Amino acid sequence: MTISYYLVLAAILFTIGAVGVLVRRNAIVVFMCIELMLNSVNLTLVTFARAGGTVDGQIMAFFVMVVAAAEVVIGLAIIMSIYRTRRSASVDDANLLKY
Amino acid sequence: MSASFSLVAMIALPAIGAAVVAALPRERSLLAKQVALGVSLAALLLAVLATIAFDAGGERFQLTTSVSWIPDFGADFALGVDGIALVMLLLIGVLVPLVVAASWHEADTAPRPPRVFFAWLLLLEAMMVGVFAATDVLLFYVFFEAMLVPMYFLIGSFGGPRRQYAAVKFFLYSLLGGLVMLAAVIGLYVVSTSQLGEGTFAFDALRQLDIDPGVQKLLFLGFFVAFAIKAPLVPLHTWLPDSGAEAPIGGAVLLVGVLDKVGTFGFLRYCLPLFPDASRFFAPFVLVLAVIGVLYAALLAMGQSDMKRLVSYTSISHFGFIALGIFAFTTEAGTGAVLYMVNHGIATGLLFLVVGMLIARGGSREIGDYGGVAKHAPKLAGAFLVAGLASLALPGTNSFVSEFLVLIGSFPERPVFTIVATVGIILAALYILLMYQRTMHGPARGVLLAADEPPEPTPVAGGGGATAVAAAPARGVLRVRDLDRRELAVVAPLIALVIGLGVFPQPLLNLIEPAVSATMSDVGADSGGTDR
Amino acid sequence: MPAEGLLAASWLLIALPLAGAAALLLGGRRTDRWGHLLGTATVVVAFLLAVGCTVQLAGLEERAADVELFTFISAGDLDVTAGLLYDPLSAVFVLLITGVGSLIHVYSIGYMAHDPGRRRFFAYLNLFVAAMLLLVLGNSYVALYVGWEGVGLASYLLIAFWYTRPAAATAAKKAFIMNRVGDVGLALAVFVMFAQLGTTSYAGVHAGVATLAGGTVTAMGLLLLLGACGKSGQFPLQAWLPDAMEGPTPVSALIHAATMVTAGVYLIARSAPVYDETPTARAVVLAVGALTLLIGAIAGCAYDDIKKVLAYSTVSQIGYMFLAVGLGPAGYVAGLAHLLAHGFFKAGLFLGAGSVMHAMDDAVDMRRFGGLAKKLPVTFVTFGLGYLALIGFPFLSGYFTKDAIIEAALDREDAWGWVLGGVAVLGAGLTAFYMTRLMLMTFFGRPRWEDGVHPHESPTVMTAPMIVLAVGSVSAGALLVSVFPLADWLEPVFGEPEEATHVVAPVVVGLVVTVVMLLGVLAAWLFVGRREVPVTPPVRVSPVTRAARNALYADAINESLFMRPGQWLTRALVWFDNRGVDGAVNGLAAGLGGSSSRLGRAQTGFVRTYALGMLGGAVVVAGALLAVTAG
Repeated sequence: MTISYYLVLAAILFTIGAVGVLVRRNAIVVFMCIELMLNSVNLTLVTFARAGGTVDGQIMAFFVMVVAAAEVVIGLAIIMSIYRTRRSASVDDANLLKY
Repeated sequence: MSASFSLVAMIALPAIGAAVVAALPRERSLLAKQVALGVSLAALLLAVLATIAFDAGGERFQLTTSVSWIPDFGADFALGVDGIALVMLLLIGVLVPLVVAASWHEADTAPRPPRVFFAWLLLLEAMMVGVFAATDVLLFYVFFEAMLVPMYFLIGSFGGPRRQYAAVKFFLYSLLGGLVMLAAVIGLYVVSTSQLGEGTFAFDALRQLDIDPGVQKLLFLGFFVAFAIKAPLVPLHTWLPDSGAEAPIGGAVLLVGVLDKVGTFGFLRYCLPLFPDASRFFAPFVLVLAVIGVLYAALLAMGQSDMKRLVSYTSISHFGFIALGIFAFTTEAGTGAVLYMVNHGIATGLLFLVVGMLIARGGSREIGDYGGVAKHAPKLAGAFLVAGLASLALPGTNSFVSEFLVLIGSFPERPVFTIVATVGIILAALYILLMYQRTMHGPARGVLLAADEPPEPTPVAGGGGATAVAAAPARGVLRVRDLDRRELAVVAPLIALVIGLGVFPQPLLNLIEPAVSATMSDVGADSGGTDR
Repeated sequence: MPAEGLLAASWLLIALPLAGAAALLLGGRRTDRWGHLLGTATVVVAFLLAVGCTVQLAGLEERAADVELFTFISAGDLDVTAGLLYDPLSAVFVLLITGVGSLIHVYSIGYMAHDPGRRRFFAYLNLFVAAMLLLVLGNSYVALYVGWEGVGLASYLLIAFWYTRPAAATAAKKAFIMNRVGDVGLALAVFVMFAQLGTTSYAGVHAGVATLAGGTVTAMGLLLLLGACGKSGQFPLQAWLPDAMEGPTPVSALIHAATMVTAGVYLIARSAPVYDETPTARAVVLAVGALTLLIGAIAGCAYDDIKKVLAYSTVSQIGYMFLAVGLGPAGYVAGLAHLLAHGFFKAGLFLGAGSVMHAMDDAVDMRRFGGLAKKLPVTFVTFGLGYLALIGFPFLSGYFTKDAIIEAALDREDAWGWVLGGVAVLGAGLTAFYMTRLMLMTFFGRPRWEDGVHPHESPTVMTAPMIVLAVGSVSAGALLVSVFPLADWLEPVFGEPEEATHVVAPVVVGLVVTVVMLLGVLAAWLFVGRREVPVTPPVRVSPVTRAARNALYADAINESLFMRPGQWLTRALVWFDNRGVDGAVNGLAAGLGGSSSRLGRAQTGFVRTYALGMLGGAVVVAGALLAVTAG
């Protein structure tokens, strides 16, 4: 079994996520795209762990999941509060923090 | 108390005094002033005691104290004075109480409480003493930079209309120079590590180093830039007129009188003995800058309409003389330069104070806003004249001795530079007398004119051949009060010093000469000095 | 040799007037009532002391006394001791300064009686006397320099005494600045002495000067001459002296006629050993003297201001003295004799002019005088005697001293001797012309007074000094030549006077000079005395007269050569400093600030822009890593 299929899949997923982050305006979708990228990385980690016969990658993947979960909580809370004040979930509408 | 602690006390006392003054409640501003005056007078007493304890013919550095400070770097909290530093400490001791007394009411009108002003003033005194007394290069650097903070706030919080601009300009200039110097200090440390096995910042150890000429040149330039900004040499001078003009009078006196002397002191203490080859290499270049400064700043002083800017430019001109004296590499000129540093502090301090008293009365810094003051305020005019004459180095005033020594000492080594610089004494007479004539002489006019008097038509300055046949007596009456007791108490000691040191300069020369002579033999100059 | 007795106390000569000045300046209004008396007393006591010192000096074998006071400046190789040298040359000057000074102090009591600033006036006069005595008594060039600038200060303060007049304030400044130009020369001369000889004392310099290279000595001589020209109002620095007449008249008499302006002559006479080594510098002294004596005499012919005429006369007469001391050993004594005689008659003339002004409500325009001989008899007689002495009327003092100078010039036995002698004789004729013109316009003819002017003779306190000076004017020449020969007295300083071989017999010289003088008087009578003097100066005049009225355009030259370019330069430099030097610094600051705010534009606030940036960065880093590992 070759690992290249897994890696190609992870690369496709990552690319979809990255493009999504760049082109989508809706904060929820951007958020989901970020999750997609994280998960593509997880897939890579697990793949290499399986191929190498060690558990390091799997442990790392768990860490990523935990961080992602924490991030989701805070990120959604921020999106909620922004939506409440501005009645919009578009990331382009929240551009006050600039020069 | 042993004499060796007097230097520590001279730093600690004003620093503690500053803390006490700052901690006083807001409404007790009179008490704050009294404490400040008391502390500064006590510091003067300490300086006098240090002078008495100092043996002019003894060791180079005396009253030394050394405590390990940062052992990992070999840096010590080391203090000590030679004759050069000692006379500067005396100058600080004399000037600060007078500045406190002169600023008695000035700080009242500032947007910040007066106690803050006096606290910064005392802190500044502590830092200035530290700069001159440090015998550890790193400690010197720390005081050198720390000195900026109180002065920055004195200008920025208590200065004139453009104080923010002036304060930032002052700070940036000085900081830039300081950082270049820091690089050189570190470089010096690295050299000492490689030569002595372990790094040190002690001046006496560094003086023994034998540094490669190429490295010397770089390190010299690092120190030189910092000092040339501090003692403004043309073209690094443009911060001084702004700072001098915008600073409160007391701040301006200490800025020009003492703080800038750190630059020329640095030339003599650090540039010459540590980098003798580089000093000799760069001397012609520095002398060109010095002589240009003498003439250029004097001409600029003539073109100023703002009295405080004018006095600032005169100082730049005088710093040119000091630099000439130092880089001529003779004992006579060097001794003259150090004496010049003291005398310039006294004379220009007096000039700034008197100009400040005039400005306090008229509320304007413009020369054109005054005229005929002498008739109505003769004491003010007299003090102004003495200050002016001291500034143009008339014999009988202190500045003459120093200027004469600088020029006569430089002449055998550098005749061309000296001749050009000597022309500066004509210009000095011009800028001082122009200012004096326009403000003090002539018919009454300007902002001080009593409101109910019809304004005098602007007089046409009588040209050379004009036969003014019994010009009509001045009709205008100025509403100006003469110097009061407090102001007399401020100017009288300085006038006494101007005349006293003009006639009997030898006691100070005896203190200065051995240290200068040692410095000049460090730099390998053909020192004719007798080691007495 | 060290001084003993009264001579050891000769420092009191300086200290007394100085203490008087200090007491009057610091004492404030409390001393208003008796300040003028104190001021006069210090100078009179100084005069008595000077007489005592001189008598003691005459009895000494060496006729020179050193008074060491204290170490003034000692650093490195430089060692300047504050000390006095009382020798025949300084004794002559001390007597002149304190003697004429006392008379003028007395006169001023009357002249300044109603001036609110009288105390200040006497304080400044005392200061002047102290500085002037230091100048002539100092035993080194540094001490001389200190006194030199000290008299400059006193002169500044006294010219600007009525400082509310802009003309007075400007004249004072002009005097100080032009003097400073000369002072630079003197200072540089002192520097050369130290650099070459390591000393600045008269004894050391004069002993060592013979060992120096010729060029060095010439430079020294020329620099000293520059200093002398500044102080003595000689070409090219003569323009300040006539303007200095803005000061009160006693000041003009004491400082700008009798004493201070002759300091240049003192300097050159004192530096005789220097000039002995340098014929070049000596020739320049001669040229300066001859040129100035003509410039002064020509300008004196055209002015209507009585004090300015006398001032230009002073310029011209000091030219004679420079001419004399420039002649070398043959002329020193003649020059100094003329200096002393001039001190008497010119001081007397100025005091007389002051008396006239006192009578005419401070008017100075001679076209508004006339017919004053009857109204002011004492002034007329004393002034007239001074006048006769000045123009060299036979057997009055000017006759002896001026003739001696002309004889010495002719005795050079070369073509230049004839030129210089001719110039001096021509000057004598011009002197007779302008002084006669002054006499005629002031004391003779029909009164042309302004309305409401009632001339009256001055009080005794003013006329007494005038009488004393008039007696001096009449007799000084004869006394100095035959009764107390100045040449013998000054012998320790200048050496044995050589028996001159006269090219032209003195009798002939005396006759020629007298004839030329009488021609000048006659010309003045033809031009001025014969006809009515117009009250306003005629406008249509010859170019020569116009040039003379403008003092040969000295002010115009100074203005267009130094003042205007200086002002332009100053303005240009102020612009350059603000825009150029400071502009570069501020430009750097502005450039940094501008570029940082431009960089800040990249911070758009759009999250997706930042994300693109991060992605781009990541791609670049990954690409770089790949390139490094693969390549």
